[in-house]
Amino acid sequence: MLKTYNYPKFEYRRPPEIASGKTLKVPVVVVGAGPVGLAAALDLQQQDLPVLLLDEDDTVSIGSRGVCYAKRALEILDRYGVGDAVCAKGVSWNVGRTFFREEEVYNFNLVPEPDHHRPGMVNLQQYYLEEYLAASAAARPEIELRWKNKVVSVAQGDRTVTLKVETEDGFYTVETDWLIAADGARSPIRRMLSLEVEGKIFMDRFLIADVVMKAEFPSERWFWFDPPFHPGQSVLLHRQTDSVYRIDFQLGWDADPEQAKKPENVLPRIKAMLGALDGKEREFELEWVSVYTFQCRRMGRFNHGNVLFIGDAAHQVSPFGARGANSGLQDADNLGWKLKLVMAGLAPAALLDSYSEERIYAADENLLNSTRSTDFITPKSKVSRTFRNAVLGLAKDHAFGRALVNSGRLSVPAFLTASSLNTPDGAGDSFAGRMVPGAPMDDAPVVENGKAGWLHNKVGHSFVALYFAQDAAVLPAPTLAALSNLSWQGIEVRPLVISAGPGLLAGDIPVLEDARGVAARRYDAQPGTVYLLRPDQHVAARWRSFGADKVRAAVARATCNI
Amino acid sequence: MTLNLNPNFSEAGKRYFNAYTPADDFYELLINTHRDLSDEQSELLNARLILLLANHIGDIGTLREALNIAREGV
Ligand SMILES: Cc1cc2nc3c(=O)[nH]c(=O)nc-3n(C[C@H](O)[C@H](O)[C@H](O)COP(=O)(O)OP(=O)(O)OC[C@H]3O[C@@H](n4cnc5c(N)ncnc54)[C@H](O)[C@@H]3O)c2cc1C
Repeated sequence: MLKTYNYPKFEYRRPPEIASGKTLKVPVVVVGAGPVGLAAALDLQQQDLPVLLLDEDDTVSIGSRGVCYAKRALEILDRYGVGDAVCAKGVSWNVGRTFFREEEVYNFNLVPEPDHHRPGMVNLQQYYLEEYLAASAAARPEIELRWKNKVVSVAQGDRTVTLKVETEDGFYTVETDWLIAADGARSPIRRMLSLEVEGKIFMDRFLIADVVMKAEFPSERWFWFDPPFHPGQSVLLHRQTDSVYRIDFQLGWDADPEQAKKPENVLPRIKAMLGALDGKEREFELEWVSVYTFQCRRMGRFNHGNVLFIGDAAHQVSPFGARGANSGLQDADNLGWKLKLVMAGLAPAALLDSYSEERIYAADENLLNSTRSTDFITPKSKVSRTFRNAVLGLAKDHAFGRALVNSGRLSVPAFLTASSLNTPDGAGDSFAGRMVPGAPMDDAPVVENGKAGWLHNKVGHSFVALYFAQDAAVLPAPTLAALSNLSWQGIEVRPLVISAGPGLLAGDIPVLEDARGVAARRYDAQPGTVYLLRPDQHVAARWRSFGADKVRAAVARATCNI
Repeated sequence: MTLNLNPNFSEAGKRYFNAYTPADDFYELLINTHRDLSDEQSELLNARLILLLANHIGDIGTLREALNIAREGV
């Protein structure tokens, strides 16, 4: 067990169905309470759905796994009630240094762009993230979390899915309309349904160690290519919470994982590496060590009728770029509102095809970037290694060389520009900037009722129409009336006015003051500009002038109701 | 013309949302072009590539600059 962390033990309760022998009937089941299954349960709960969440274990992720959580993931975690906890406990970092042999060839500074609520990246051991998510889920009575409940068989029917669940007290049966499979990279559900996952394994092994360092070391990401203390391979160092440092040693394919893991082999490696940092002797203790191989693969589609795959069950990437859990959280974010609309009969099941399409687009981007990084870190031929070393040699003196160095491209959300849910810009509506239809929305500081806050915390859960005004106080009555009436065929569309001045509205439309014009600048807005945001905070459509019928048509399109 | 040593990759008609993408696009293309070649074939490919690009640049002053930088680091 770890010295710096006590694993929580979640309580197992005997399911009543074991004594009664009755089949438990529920609308939706999530299998797997890893970060992604927990996120999915929380997302559905916020869509007012009751959720049954099953996990075979009774604690959080064991040992060294996820470390880095990116800005977009943190924004999503805000909606699940854990953003503050993760940011408070985690370590923010900005500087990344890259070394080639003895020399630093290049460094980058992720200095967070000002005027965003969340930083670019926070490092935190995965077990903390899961602990916070589990606590947030446990506090919501609509989520029933059953630990030590293992799904052992799945039968998929036309209308329902039937699960057999094993506990220490025996078996019971669950019948559900929808099944969300968040059961991780080996996904037993995927196997039980004989579904394929395609991709490749990288012919390389990595020794992943967590060590507690007694001496302070800056909160930076250090990456070495071919360092003297580990010749021919790469090494990565990250700081985590509680003075725990993550070290990845590339071992090569021929390494014997069992040998490599032995303390007598691990300790000298770490000692040599820490000695090379700044020549100081550093005391350290080993917390955890494991040897991994990495895969890049995904399922052909993520929805199969009433079974939906999310997180590592649907796709797996190498960890260079920290795209695993980060992208899984975005799966949950993309799926929750769509499933809710379909379950409520407000959208056709085709909306769930868009879940698969959009998240496959994102998964492919993640797979592409992590494959490129892995290919740079582990060149597969002599010529590839020569080019890699040439790039590293040029990087020290030349900016173009630095742009080619690839030690991991850190997780950013996909711009879903090709999605069929987007309404393309109209011919007369021209916009500058990045907030194109399909873009994940940019944050901005806003003031509501005299209280400073953040735009991304004011939207989400439902569709939102953002109306940009010079002065909210002088908006004409018909515009206000139309804005208050945008909900369409039972699908909620909340209006929000973003005002350059501090004017307040009569009526019940909230006004956000954009005193420094940051929101208007990021959205290239003029008075009268309207953005339609999806419940997952992606841009669905935008116009230079407001029209209720245009908004409704875009809502119809974004929900497959055309 | 002086040698451009700043990041300079882009592709017509493509919109980039991340600054690293164009350089990574090029690098992947470069490495993929060598796929399944022997070391000797790769060497030949590189030579052909340099000749093609040098002719495209044309300006011998610029090429001299590039050749010098390339040689310095070897
Ligand atoms: C070395 C390493 C470093 C990483 N670094 C990062 C990083 O920096 N950033 C990042 O975003 N990601 C990172 N990742 C990836 C990240 O750990 C995963 O993407 C993430 O854990 C996936 O979450 P998940 O919920 O989909 O699956 P998991 O975390 O695997 O959870 C699956 C859950 O399903 C349960 N389960 C399985 N089968 C059953 C069953 N039959 N019945 C009931 N329950 C079941 C399991 O108990 C488990 O709790 C890293 C991974 C590794 C290995």
